[in-house]
Amino acid sequence: MYSDKVMEHFKNPRNVGEIKDADGVGTVGNPVCGDMMTMYIKVKNGKIADIKFKTYGCGAAIATSSMSTELALGKTVDEAEKITRQNVADALDGLPPVKMHCSNLASDALQEAIKDYRKKKEEKKK
Amino acid sequence: MDNGSGAPVDPRVLQEMLPYFTEHVGNPSSFHSEGFKALKAINRARQQIADLINAEPAEIFFTASATEATNLAIIGGAIRYKNKGNRVVSSAVEHISTVNICKELTRTGWEYQQAPVDADGVVLLDKLDELVTDKTVIVTVMAANGEIGTIQPIKDAAAIAHKKGAFFHTDATAALGKIPLDVKAMDIDMMTLSSNDIYGPKGVGALYVKKILRLRPVIIGGGQEQGLRSGTENTPGIVGFGKAAELAKQELPTEAKRLTGLRDHLIKGITSTIPETYLNGHTTNRTPNNANVRFSYIEGEALILSLDDVGLQVNTGSACAAKTLEPSACLLATGLKPEDAHGSLVFTLGKANNKEQIDYVIQQLPAIVKRLRSMSSITPEELK
Repeated sequence: MYSDKVMEHFKNPRNVGEIKDADGVGTVGNPVCGDMMTMYIKVKNGKIADIKFKTYGCGAAIATSSMSTELALGKTVDEAEKITRQNVADALDGLPPVKMHCSNLASDALQEAIKDYRKKKEEKKK
Repeated sequence: MDNGSGAPVDPRVLQEMLPYFTEHVGNPSSFHSEGFKALKAINRARQQIADLINAEPAEIFFTASATEATNLAIIGGAIRYKNKGNRVVSSAVEHISTVNICKELTRTGWEYQQAPVDADGVVLLDKLDELVTDKTVIVTVMAANGEIGTIQPIKDAAAIAHKKGAFFHTDATAALGKIPLDVKAMDIDMMTLSSNDIYGPKGVGALYVKKILRLRPVIIGGGQEQGLRSGTENTPGIVGFGKAAELAKQELPTEAKRLTGLRDHLIKGITSTIPETYLNGHTTNRTPNNANVRFSYIEGEALILSLDDVGLQVNTGSACAAKTLEPSACLLATGLKPEDAHGSLVFTLGKANNKEQIDYVIQQLPAIVKRLRSMSSITPEELK
């Protein structure tokens, strides 16, 4: 039911882990629903220089996390902010319809991480 | 190790079925020698199935599935005995098909209630007793649970129903051929029987109906199966179901013992080598073929995909691999939190499984669990 690409990212996920001194951290989902992910970003010269994730969830949740990090890495923060659930699903050659809503949360976690990064940056300015 | 969802037809069963596709193709309702042959074969199957549960052949009615048998029992019983009352009661861990059939009745003025279960999934008899009233027409409690393997006290549940003049139905799909069933000793009024859960073909089931009971049919037509289930009989399927029942009766004592050994080896092997893994369901009061194990901090679908990758097919109590997004209603009924229910694996062992395969699971699982836990956002520090 999963595409080969989803299975490949599930089996060999990219950028798993945490960044201790991350510039932004975003967590979305809920263990009650069966999916919860945290995204960590490190920003240098306005670009996503490092990105890591930790995900509790199904195959699609892990694969979308992996793909989101791959899409975001090296992009400017402004570009990365535009990555949508649909972009992630398309890059994985599609997801089963039921998974589009419940497990495709990685781009949301990325947005949250970017929001956190911007907020921290604002605070530093003050 | 997902025999609960689908197991191959026993070759001896298939052999018995084959002539009824191509040689003995008469309609059992026809008054000629080929028709008589088919009728004779069907009645032999009726006897073979009756023998497995200590019923009379005339009390076995063939249907196209276990689900259809339960429809006939509950809907057919409710319509026939509606003058008695308007209540149906089940346990809280019934198969989704039974639950949906009971819910369907509530559209036409029936009341449906579920008796809770304990942490092992055993129905609480005192609660069942409270729910069954003079207005209760049917009480249904499954013989054993297909997901967590828990065996229900159906003899006691039947006594509770009878005390209030209600009929007692049991879905024996997950119990047939796994544990001894005796409709007379257990005083069962109706029992749902499945063919494909005992190495028979799919597309055939049966309902045992005690002689004194009268049901309204839910499928109306030419009056086959004593008018209870119209439609041309599926002769090859029924013949196969009969043979499967005969073999199940012969092999139950030895196979149950063998599977219990494998099951307990699997449970112990997993829970003793992987931290924070727990057995769902009762330790001993469970069907010989079922092991349901819960893994904290990881999700069931990710587990089954990983196991599939090393050649092992198992099932999960997780919502993420199901058609709906709800976690297993059965596990929730036992008091598990949704996040715990998500991380459960269901092993249903069968004839084709042996000790080497169980050892392989025990050998493969620790690394899989470790990998998923190391990726998980909710794994505590000490388990990473």
